[in-house]
Amino acid sequence: MALLQIAEPGQSTAPHQHRLAAGIDLGTTNSLVATVRSGVADTLPDDAGRHLLPSVVQYRAGAEPRVGREALAGAVRDPLNTIASVKRLMGRGVADVKTLGDQLPYAFVAGDSGMPRLHTVAGDVSPVEVSAEILKALKARAEASLGGDLVGVVITVPAYFDDAQRQATKDAATLAGLNVLRLLNEPTAAAVAYGLDRSAEGVIAVYDLGGGTFDISILRLQQGVFAVLATGGDTALGGDDMDRAVARWIMEQAGIGEDADHAQMRRLMRDACAAKEALTGADLVPLDVELMDGSHWQGELSRAQFDALVAPLLRKTLNTCRRTLRDSGVEIADVSEVVMVGGSTRVPCVRAAVADFFGRAPHVEIDPDRVVAVGAAIQADILAGNKPEDEMLLLDVIPLSLGIETMGGLVEKIIPRNTTIPVARAQEFTTFKDGQSAMALHVVQGERELVSDCRSLARFELRGIPPMVAGAARIRVTYQVDADGMLSVTAREQGSGVQSRIEVKPSYGLTDTEIETMLKASMDHASEDMEARRLREQQVEADRVLEALQAALVKDGEHFLEAAERAAIDAATQALVAARQGTDHRAIKRAIEAVEKASADYVERRMNANIQRMMAGHEVKDFE
Amino acid sequence: MAITLTEAAANRVKTFMESRGKGVGLRLGVRTTGCSGMAYVLEFADEIADTDHVFEDQGVKVLVDPKSLVYIDGTELDFAREGLNEGFKFNNPNVKDECGCGESFNV
Repeated sequence: MALLQIAEPGQSTAPHQHRLAAGIDLGTTNSLVATVRSGVADTLPDDAGRHLLPSVVQYRAGAEPRVGREALAGAVRDPLNTIASVKRLMGRGVADVKTLGDQLPYAFVAGDSGMPRLHTVAGDVSPVEVSAEILKALKARAEASLGGDLVGVVITVPAYFDDAQRQATKDAATLAGLNVLRLLNEPTAAAVAYGLDRSAEGVIAVYDLGGGTFDISILRLQQGVFAVLATGGDTALGGDDMDRAVARWIMEQAGIGEDADHAQMRRLMRDACAAKEALTGADLVPLDVELMDGSHWQGELSRAQFDALVAPLLRKTLNTCRRTLRDSGVEIADVSEVVMVGGSTRVPCVRAAVADFFGRAPHVEIDPDRVVAVGAAIQADILAGNKPEDEMLLLDVIPLSLGIETMGGLVEKIIPRNTTIPVARAQEFTTFKDGQSAMALHVVQGERELVSDCRSLARFELRGIPPMVAGAARIRVTYQVDADGMLSVTAREQGSGVQSRIEVKPSYGLTDTEIETMLKASMDHASEDMEARRLREQQVEADRVLEALQAALVKDGEHFLEAAERAAIDAATQALVAARQGTDHRAIKRAIEAVEKASADYVERRMNANIQRMMAGHEVKDFE
Repeated sequence: MAITLTEAAANRVKTFMESRGKGVGLRLGVRTTGCSGMAYVLEFADEIADTDHVFEDQGVKVLVDPKSLVYIDGTELDFAREGLNEGFKFNNPNVKDECGCGESFNV
């Protein structure tokens, strides 16, 4: 018979309707899948008892691709068909990938949508398809372990992933036949694994030191909502660098020269890694290194010596922590919890240095390789409906503000950054010209005031606006971001009901450094941006005044104006046209005021004439 | 008659209860649903109802409501592994036939 799990009180499911859900940590080097069974969240091992699945896919001619450890073996023999670290390519355009090109041995081909494809013996594959293979392997493992089909999964992504990278991750899941309940930020998942979402509020630092990358995230928890205050890191710093430092030390001690061959270097790296791992539990490890001539060098490495070797690396990570804290605007003393993620945080001196830096002991109770997947599993279990309703659902926030282009190339922010999702915000806009029947909408992302300094996400048009005078149309633009951070934009003319809608799936993404740069630029250029905004606003206002005045003058200028009056208006108008060309917003404003003053009598006469015309044939009581 | 647990089941239940951090015991029962009549209920219990039958085996309190008891009296709860899958199994002497997967049954 089927094997059952213990449910929460009152949450037993009907037969064949188990709400099986899993959390997936789709990592650069390794991936994991975890689930909650009988109330306990843990990662699932394969049939050999291994929890980590190497994120490596080997494509073969005329056969199913190999995934994981088997594929890893192929990386040496068949490097062009064995794709590793595909996460670095997710949601990136061809241009982005070129900057990574030096580090990646694959043959890239440009796809039709600007998405890069990798050339393999099994045909060209996109990064999304490669990720889907990894997800399929995890799905198969989860379904074999749970004895049924998954109703949904939560997949974790780095906090700095932008919309395109998130969308690419979702696409990969769809391709693998998985229903994504939601994407969750990796540091948030780690905090959830420790149950930190159940405390009322606080600032949480998540220190993630993996094999090849380092990330630090500062989160603020407020009323059950995690906001990412800042992220920082180094995409080329990790446990591998510790191994390299130890290997160099061994080379010095054993008198191995720089001319050591590949095989010797690989042995050295392996020995160095083994020594590092042994030093987690021991204070001294013996070393026995086989030299090229077949003889052996013997020595020992103490923990103190090891700590000295890796100290420069640790200092680098702590400097990044310091910078990131500064970006986030919180003091070290404000940090209430520190969570350790990544295999390299097992190293005792890393823990000690982090504890010392933050002035508190970090959370290390959960296996740092698995903690992200465990947090995702807990979230998946809640989202799949296996918990009573009072368990709160935690939320995420959008990383950069979403806005719309308005007249003059200015950005009107519709949803500010760090707004919790899902969210829908609407704003009303109007037409600029009489009889305007269409409106172009330009969706942008970023913190700056000018469109040219933000990232363009999408453009679309609202057509069929009924003819009206400028400013009479009411066009409601709604931005909606779903639980995964996906944006859809709707524009609707309220009077006639015509509407137009777009799903924003940007073609390729921003790197974390670009996001950081954008955020930083918005702060550095704050006053400059403000000046630019004022200038554009005055320019738009000048255009509006000039346009309206010209239209009126053409219509009835002759009728209402004496020649001298007309000359004064024309002179003021010309002064405004000249000021409009300049960059001084104050001068434009003064020129606008001059035009308004010069034309004040004319405007009044027109208005009176209009009112008389409207009132002709009416009695006063009609207006009471 | 009574409800009993195998040693493996008792150990797992104790581990799960401990990590859950609360609860008075384990509730076993049946519900009238499923493709062939009845389905098992296996839940953590946070309170004992007045009408519950309470069994204790190897330090685990097992609660069964009187309506369910007639269908599962004599059951031994086991914890088993089948390949990668693992979970609890009802060895219920009252069962006459069950659906293909064994998740629901008739008495």
